[in-house]
Amino acid sequence: MTALLRTENLHKRFGDTRAVDGVNFTVNEGEFLSLVGTNGAGKTTLVNLISAFLLPDSGRIFVADRDITYLSVEERIRAGIARSFQLVNLFDDLTVLDNLALAIFARERKTSRIFRLADRDAAVMGEALELLGEFGLRDKSAVFAGGLAQGERKLLDVAVAYALRPRLLFLDEPTSGVSTRDKAQIMDTVSSVVRNGKVTAVVIEHDMDVVFKYSDRVVVMHEGRFLADGPPEQIRRDPNVTTYLLGSDVSE
Amino acid sequence: MTARPAPWSGRRGVIIAVAVVALFLFPFVASTYQTQLLTYGLALAIAALGFNLLLGYTGLLSFGHSAYLGAGAYAVALMLRYWGVSSMELFLLGGIVFSAALAALFGVVCVRHTKIFFGILTLALSQVLWTLAYKFFWITGGTDGLRVPFAKLTLLGGAIKFDGADAFVKFIHSYYYYVLVVFLVCVALMWLIVHSPFGKTLQAIRDNETRARFLGVKIWRYRWLAFVVSGTFTGLAGTLWVPLNGLTTPEILYWPQSGKIVFFAVLGGFRNFLGPVVGAVIYNYLEVYAIASTEYWQITLGVILIVLVTFLPAGIVGSAIRIYEWLRRRKEGRA
Repeated sequence: MTALLRTENLHKRFGDTRAVDGVNFTVNEGEFLSLVGTNGAGKTTLVNLISAFLLPDSGRIFVADRDITYLSVEERIRAGIARSFQLVNLFDDLTVLDNLALAIFARERKTSRIFRLADRDAAVMGEALELLGEFGLRDKSAVFAGGLAQGERKLLDVAVAYALRPRLLFLDEPTSGVSTRDKAQIMDTVSSVVRNGKVTAVVIEHDMDVVFKYSDRVVVMHEGRFLADGPPEQIRRDPNVTTYLLGSDVSE
Repeated sequence: MTARPAPWSGRRGVIIAVAVVALFLFPFVASTYQTQLLTYGLALAIAALGFNLLLGYTGLLSFGHSAYLGAGAYAVALMLRYWGVSSMELFLLGGIVFSAALAALFGVVCVRHTKIFFGILTLALSQVLWTLAYKFFWITGGTDGLRVPFAKLTLLGGAIKFDGADAFVKFIHSYYYYVLVVFLVCVALMWLIVHSPFGKTLQAIRDNETRARFLGVKIWRYRWLAFVVSGTFTGLAGTLWVPLNGLTTPEILYWPQSGKIVFFAVLGGFRNFLGPVVGAVIYNYLEVYAIASTEYWQITLGVILIVLVTFLPAGIVGSAIRIYEWLRRRKEGRA
C-alpha cells in the first residue's frame, strides 16, 4: 500500500501538556481509518496539525512525499486535505444547496466571480444536487442549514468537506450528539459515499461499535502517543487497548 | 423547518415592477419639493445599499462610511473648482475612482479585524479624513466648504443644461430621473453581486469564518473586496447627493453621518436586500419633517430608533415580510 499521509516525530504542547508527543502516523491510500482514544488523548490536535488549524512545535507532515508542514490551510486543501469539525460548522443562513455549492465554487476557484448569478452555474448546481442525493439530503436542498435536524447537519457537514473532492478526508466525530439509529444511518451513508468515491478517510470516533464495524484499520491514541495500530480484530484483542480504552466487557 | 421563502419570491417581481413604475411617475403627481426630497432619499439609498454589503452580507459593522460619502461629494467639488469640470458623467467617474481608492486604502487597515475593532478603525479613519478637510482649508474651503451650484452642472454629456427662469425646477425634474436611473442600475448591480458566487462567499464568511477558511477561502481578501465595493457605492451616493445640496462641508465626513447610514439599515432591516434602501428613503423624510416640526428633532429620531430596536429588530421591511408570512400561513391553516 502507498502511504498518502506521513507524519514524522510530530510534537505539540499546550503549556505542560504534551497533546501530541512524537507521533509517527501513516495513512495509506484508499483506507477507511479510525482514530480513537479517550478525551484529551490528542486525536483532534493531531488532525488540527495535519489540517493547518494548528502549527506543530516540531516534526514534519508529508502528503504523497510532499512536505506540507508549514503550508497554509488553502495550500493544504489544494494538496488534497479536507476536514469536518467536531462541532458542526455550517453556513446556517444559507440553504443546504448553497452550503454545498459554495464548497464546489471554492474547489473550482470560482468564488471571486462577482457579476454572474451563482444559481445559473449549471455545472456547480448540478454537482451539488447530485452530492446531496448521495448524502440523502436532496429533498432538503431549499432548507436553510440552520433549520436541519442534528443528524442531517452532521451529514451536511461531511458532505461540504467531501465536495472539495479531497484525497484525504478527516471527519471529527461525525456521529457525536445523535441517536444510535441516526449514527448507523450517518455512518452507512458516509462510508458508502467515501468508499465509492475512492477517498481515503480518517474518522475520529468514540463509539467502538461504529469503529469496529466500518474501519479497515484502527489507531488508538493515549496521552499524545499511539497506543496501538492495526485492523479492528487485532485492536479488539489488544490488552493495552482493553486497559486504557475499552473496558473488560468489550474484549470478552 | 425553515426554507427559502418561495411564495414571497413569486410576487416579488410584480411588487418591484409596480414600485419602479410608481417611481417614474412620481414627478408627475408630486410637487417639485417632494420630488427633490425623494431624489435625496434615492441618492442616500445607494449609500445604504453599499453599507449593507458589509453589514448584512459580510457581518462587518462600519461606523465610518461618512468617509466614502464625503469622498464622493468632495471629488465633485474639487473637480469643479480646480479643473472646471461640469459634466455629471465625469463627476460620477471621479467620485467612483476617488472613493474606491480611498476604500481600498482604508480597507487594508480595517478588514484584518472584526467586530468592535473593525468598527473603531473605520470610525477613526473617517475622523482623520474629517480633520484633514478642516485643516487643509486652502484646498477644501474648511468650514465654509466648497460650493457645487446646480447651474454649473450638465447632464448626459452636456445635452441637458440648467439656465433660464425655471432652471431650478428643470434641474430637480431632470436630476430626479438621472438619480433614479443610477439608483436602479445600482440596485440591479448589487442584487447581482449578492447572488453571485462572490456574494455567497461573503455570506458564508459572515455565518462561519472558520468553515469558510477550511474551504480554501482567503477571508481577508474577500472582506477587503467587499469593503471596496461598499465604499464605492457609498461614494457614488455622495457624488449624486452634492449637486442637490449645492455645497459640501466637513460635516459630510463627520461621524453622525456614519450613524445615519447605520440608522438606514436598522430602520429598513439589514437582513433584507431592500431593507436599507427603504430605510434610507424613510429616514430622509423622517429627518426633514422632524426638523420642520420641532427643534428637538434628534430626540424624535432617538425615540424611533429605540422603539425599532426593541419592538421591530427586523426593521420595517423585515417586519412587513414576517407579518405577510404569518398572514399567509394563517390563511393556509384555515383553508
